Amino acid sequence: MNVQAVKAIYFNEMARTRKTLLQSIASPVISTVLYFIVFGSAIGSRIESVEGVEYGLFIVPGLVMLSLLTQSISNASFGIFFPKFTGTVYEIMSAPISSFEIVMGYVGAAATKSLIIGTIILITASFFVDLRIAHPVWMVLFLVMTCIAFSLFGFIIGLWADNFEKLQLIPLLVITPLVFLGGSFYSVNMLPEFWQKVTLLNPVLYLVSGFRWSFFEVSDVSVTLSLFMISGFLLACLFVVWLMFRTGYKLKQ
Amino acid sequence: MATQTSEAQDSQSIISIRGLTKVYKGGHEALKGIDLEIREGEILALLGPNGAGKTTLISSICGLVTPTAGSVTVGGHDIIRDYRATRSLIGLVPQELTLGAFDIVRDTVRFSRGLFGLAPDEDKLDGLLSDLSLLDKKTAMVSRLSGGMKRRVLIAKALAHEPRILFLDEPTAGVDVELRKDMWKLVEKLRQDGVTIILTTHYIEEAEEIADRVGVISDGRLLVIDDKASLMNSLGRKQLSVELKTGIDVLPESLKPFDLELSADGQRLTYTYETRSERTGITALLQAVSDAGLGLKDLNTHQSSLEEIFVNLVHSEDGKVKP
Repeated sequence: MNVQAVKAIYFNEMARTRKTLLQSIASPVISTVLYFIVFGSAIGSRIESVEGVEYGLFIVPGLVMLSLLTQSISNASFGIFFPKFTGTVYEIMSAPISSFEIVMGYVGAAATKSLIIGTIILITASFFVDLRIAHPVWMVLFLVMTCIAFSLFGFIIGLWADNFEKLQLIPLLVITPLVFLGGSFYSVNMLPEFWQKVTLLNPVLYLVSGFRWSFFEVSDVSVTLSLFMISGFLLACLFVVWLMFRTGYKLKQ
Repeated sequence: MATQTSEAQDSQSIISIRGLTKVYKGGHEALKGIDLEIREGEILALLGPNGAGKTTLISSICGLVTPTAGSVTVGGHDIIRDYRATRSLIGLVPQELTLGAFDIVRDTVRFSRGLFGLAPDEDKLDGLLSDLSLLDKKTAMVSRLSGGMKRRVLIAKALAHEPRILFLDEPTAGVDVELRKDMWKLVEKLRQDGVTIILTTHYIEEAEEIADRVGVISDGRLLVIDDKASLMNSLGRKQLSVELKTGIDVLPESLKPFDLELSADGQRLTYTYETRSERTGITALLQAVSDAGLGLKDLNTHQSSLEEIFVNLVHSEDGKVKP
């Protein structure tokens, strides 16, 4: 195990975050504040509580998930895409480092950054609403697993993309709609029956639902199912990354 | 351990390449069965035109390209099975100036050392940067450096993990004279430390100036590999030009056996001879010229350079390939 190499990649990536601190940290905080002002205070004051939870409070887990997913994907995808784009990836490919170690470095850094952002958003939210967490251990578990799974997913996109457009394509066309339609800002029970069934096909629903349960013990689907789905997604991503490296996908000729 | 050392001593080669073949996805056959032994501590220059397969050869050894067939061992280890062992021994300076835009010189060199499994070492880092005249640029952003300075940074990155083997892919392409001189000084210093250096180039002077051995690659094949001196000897020819006082229209009968070339204006005779042969026949030729009653104005000899040897080799190869 080349521990030094994992550390080198990890800290190099974290240093990149520090260099773009404003963009990395400030932008999710600002957008969260905006969501709270618009949904929480302005619109939320006219909405009755959802499933017995005040609306401003109800949207907190969804907001965290929204940022977590987009940030994990964009961080991890950019982290591996950029060296490919500049050509510096030659160094990683010629280093005595296994693909698993490469993934640990990049995905570890991206997931760490997402965790930091998630925590900051929770702290920001606590200024607006009276935040209570019913099951802190479950909350952290969902948080960590989501960060890792979607950082892995971002890493796959970064490996796959060969231009900047493709890099933006999946987050924009797939992730954002899935998050918005996955019950981030509403309970699935508020939908007509047909759309409730359709929503069950959305994997993000399970994430948000499980995460929300850890706060308020209110969920759209059972928490075990949520945990099962997120674990499955994580394993699937791991498998795809493993396949990509095994075949040298777009990295080796 | 013991067997590995003895194996290495037996062959004295640090890199063994056997039947290395690479066919790219599009069907392009970049390497057509290369066999090559690279000796420990030597400087080997690989010459060849663009697209000859030089970079593919290097990339295969370093792990950037997966060979289609054949095997490569580095320090007795297989490059695929024991990639950790082989890659730790190798430093690579790529052809393109590939550096992250936002990197700081110090950080990027430190990163390279880490990638190759070594803990940071500030003294070594400073020493390396000072060897490459980069010490005053330690905290500079890479993107603000000149092309020559970027090249130095790439070399620093390649040397950051103290490799035993250094690959320089077209190291002096687009590099100014000063840096080129500095680079050769560095190469000389590395050689004294026992580092094996493999460089590719299409500048023949470079190979002539610095290499111990020269290999010529063309169209995916290794055409020849030999000590620089013996390559020039065995393939080199010398020409003697005899300038005549008064021009002649036809060669005298007595000079026919020498296989001379008469210039169009009849003023110059050219005699070609092999430098390696014991009897060059110069004395006999001059005697015969004098006997034929031709007055000498001037004599000139000219030895073919590596460049001419190279052009000859590559062209004769073309001749063979064409139907």
